[in-house]
Amino acid sequence: MNLDSKIPSGPIGEKWTKHKFDMKLVNPANRRKFEVIVVGTGLAGASAAASLGEMGYNVKAFCFQDSPRRAHSIAAQGGINAAKNYANDGDSIYRLFYDTVKGGDFRAREANVHRLAEVSVNIIDQCVAQGVPFAREYGGLLDNRSFGGAQVSRTFYAKGQTGQQLLLGAYSAMMKEVAKGSVTLFTRREMMEVVIIDGHARGIVTRNLVTGEIESHTADAVLLATGGYGNVFYLSTNAKGSNVTAAWRAHKKGAAFANPCFTQIHPTCIPVHGDYQSKLTLMSESLRNDGRVWVPRTNGDSRRPELIPESERDYYLENKYASFGNLVPRDIASRNAKIVCDDGRGVGSTGLAVYLDFKDSINRLGKQAIEERYGNLFEMYERITGEDPYATPMQIYPAIHYTMGGLWVDYNLMSTIPGLHVLGEANFSDHGANRLGASALMQGLADGYFVVPYTLGHYLATTKLEKVSTDHPEFKKVEGDVRSRINQLLSIKGGRTVDDFHRQLGLLMWDKCGMSRSEAGLKEALAKIPEIRDEFWKNVNVLGGNDEFNQALEKAGRVADFLEFAELFAQDALHRNESCGGHFREESQTPEGEALRDDSNYCYVAAWEFNGVGKAGILHKENLEFENVHLTQRSYK
Amino acid sequence: MSKSINLTLKVWRQKNSKTKGQFETYAANGIDTDCSFLEMLDVVNERLTVEGKDPIAFDHDCREGICGMCGAVVNGQAHGPQRKTTLCQLHMRQFSDGDTIVIEPYRSRALPVLKDLAVDRSAFDRIIQSGGYVSVKTGQAPDAHAILVGKEYADLAMDAAQCIGCAACVASCPNASAMLFVSAKISHLALLPQGNPERETRVQEMVAQMDKEGFGNCSNEYECEAACPKGISVSNIARMNREFLSASRKK
Repeated sequence: MNLDSKIPSGPIGEKWTKHKFDMKLVNPANRRKFEVIVVGTGLAGASAAASLGEMGYNVKAFCFQDSPRRAHSIAAQGGINAAKNYANDGDSIYRLFYDTVKGGDFRAREANVHRLAEVSVNIIDQCVAQGVPFAREYGGLLDNRSFGGAQVSRTFYAKGQTGQQLLLGAYSAMMKEVAKGSVTLFTRREMMEVVIIDGHARGIVTRNLVTGEIESHTADAVLLATGGYGNVFYLSTNAKGSNVTAAWRAHKKGAAFANPCFTQIHPTCIPVHGDYQSKLTLMSESLRNDGRVWVPRTNGDSRRPELIPESERDYYLENKYASFGNLVPRDIASRNAKIVCDDGRGVGSTGLAVYLDFKDSINRLGKQAIEERYGNLFEMYERITGEDPYATPMQIYPAIHYTMGGLWVDYNLMSTIPGLHVLGEANFSDHGANRLGASALMQGLADGYFVVPYTLGHYLATTKLEKVSTDHPEFKKVEGDVRSRINQLLSIKGGRTVDDFHRQLGLLMWDKCGMSRSEAGLKEALAKIPEIRDEFWKNVNVLGGNDEFNQALEKAGRVADFLEFAELFAQDALHRNESCGGHFREESQTPEGEALRDDSNYCYVAAWEFNGVGKAGILHKENLEFENVHLTQRSYK
Repeated sequence: MSKSINLTLKVWRQKNSKTKGQFETYAANGIDTDCSFLEMLDVVNERLTVEGKDPIAFDHDCREGICGMCGAVVNGQAHGPQRKTTLCQLHMRQFSDGDTIVIEPYRSRALPVLKDLAVDRSAFDRIIQSGGYVSVKTGQAPDAHAILVGKEYADLAMDAAQCIGCAACVASCPNASAMLFVSAKISHLALLPQGNPERETRVQEMVAQMDKEGFGNCSNEYECEAACPKGISVSNIARMNREFLSASRKK
């Protein structure tokens, strides 16, 4: 396997401009002759489908939901970053680039990140032109806020529903192309396999989730924009349907999987409250702008929070990190919540929660100002917990939220399978070991609107592809593989439900591969995962048949893939014996308990090649070079 | 504080869009009042599966009230009894021990049942496709600050744009009208300068598509606003009607 990142030469600020000129173009009249498949219709997928349709390509877009507008990008609350410097507070493309590389704990590719920062400004322009109702000031100009560890105000937002509004913008742009006939939409379809012919991605096989039909679709290139794999932990802030299947199936066909252990734990989620719990709900981290995080100073202080005097409260983030306080990056905020709870000072019925208190902000700004900023979040909190956060502090605890790892891609967003491109959260390239707040929306839209429309053209213009049809033997073979796997799942008729296995896997992953990881724990996970997987294939109970709307069968296929993927995840976490970003190895910490990176041994991307189920993946390394942002240990004190 | 309650469920079961459905009764005992309505259904489905009975099909995804995928009629109300709350955000503390809960799919000719509580809402996508967008291509946009939008209008547009496309408005309307959904999109774009060039064709084409899909008309029942989990106001329907009239006059 050859990992050529194809990073253009030249100074960092000129690479993308130069590369855009160097890339070959497809003549506008020829574009309709190319079929492009886009799997997933979140921010990355919908924006790519819309843009490629506008350019004249023949696009087919797929999603498993009933409508493309439901993709999980919709749930992003806080905002989207852009280096507009509208706040006149010293922001620039270079600063956004710098912050993102540093925030990612030096495990992202500099060139990709700089490109991301460059196109961030175009994204805002595009979204505004589409009618995305960003928050505005009285003069009619766009409002900005500071978000998630940034010392400048570069975050654009639409109430607490920024993801929803951006997705509806991309969705409507795509639907405009559906009306024109340049994009064909396939909803309630799950991608089961990528089809590789003569070494190139030439299509996919899908299952129609209503009828069970196994369908083949040809293409000249396949784009995966299928999101992250946070649901390997069962409980996460992801939507219930979010899964690793498309990425994992591509991995098994030859796409390298990069840094799977880089997962982000979000510090501000509603704590777990029972074993029936099906998902965790995020409370936007924008709340940390006005909320103060604290726990009681003494262990086991069970008084109601209002009754605990100031002198007996530990505002541990403000005390420990003077310059960033409550706005330290996500990994640091999360780990510190774990530390105080492990110390016995956690609150709530389980002791696994900390307070996020708005009393001071309400006193300073008034209840109305707080309501304007976070009204819908406060309502959501009250609906879920039955408590009023205006009157009593919220209880929060970290939860799995985002996955920085993903399929390995080069600078052109192409995986190690020629023609297979990967966009958004599904790829690995821009966030390193930790993603900064309000950067996921930026990256999804950057990839879809402003990167892949250029790089895909270059691939198509420089690759000689024979015409293929769905009658090709490879399509027939893959359809057969898909059917036999489904039949196998249906024939087990065992004693345990799919969810039961998924919960078991999730608990193990959270325990051994969650906020804190150790050699012993990871080895335990590596021993246990194959046992769960073996039992799954002997004892799972999937009722009904294939030729019907069968949600248990859908879930079974996804959980089967999580059970294979989890092993690679743990293997990656075990091999990376350093702490960086969201990956905290207990063996690698400073005397003060902060994460300790090991640049002399691990300054690389770990890209894994598939080597068979139950067998260790083969490690390939892409060395990371930092020519602009110099390697330093992060400090937010 | 959470407690455990026992419930009786009467659930609409229908194999697919071609067969007739019927209500089936299930006991849902020992339900924690801290769990959500969908988590309650999960618990019931786990038990049904272990008994070898077909679990209840229902659409859902984000489970945080924003994707719009979930929804059913609970005791006669779309998304259940709590105002401005999607089914996934409805929690069982809204119910009492011993309650009987009737759960049905959204019913409308334009939203055929796929299975049990899951319906086909692709009509909504086709309505958006008919004009619910601004015709701007990637790369054509001017600088974001070149377009000024007064805060008042931006806020009103945002209120309308919050629609999650769940179709509770259709389910709650005696005429199965989709006017709240359609008017929310029309208002969102009509209130912004970006939507202005196409506002007349947009309203005409979206209304035509809405009629073609088989949705009914509005007779001012206001049931849609009461059922809407995002609190979309019926004043948007009035705005849509004004837009439609004004566009028709000029034609």
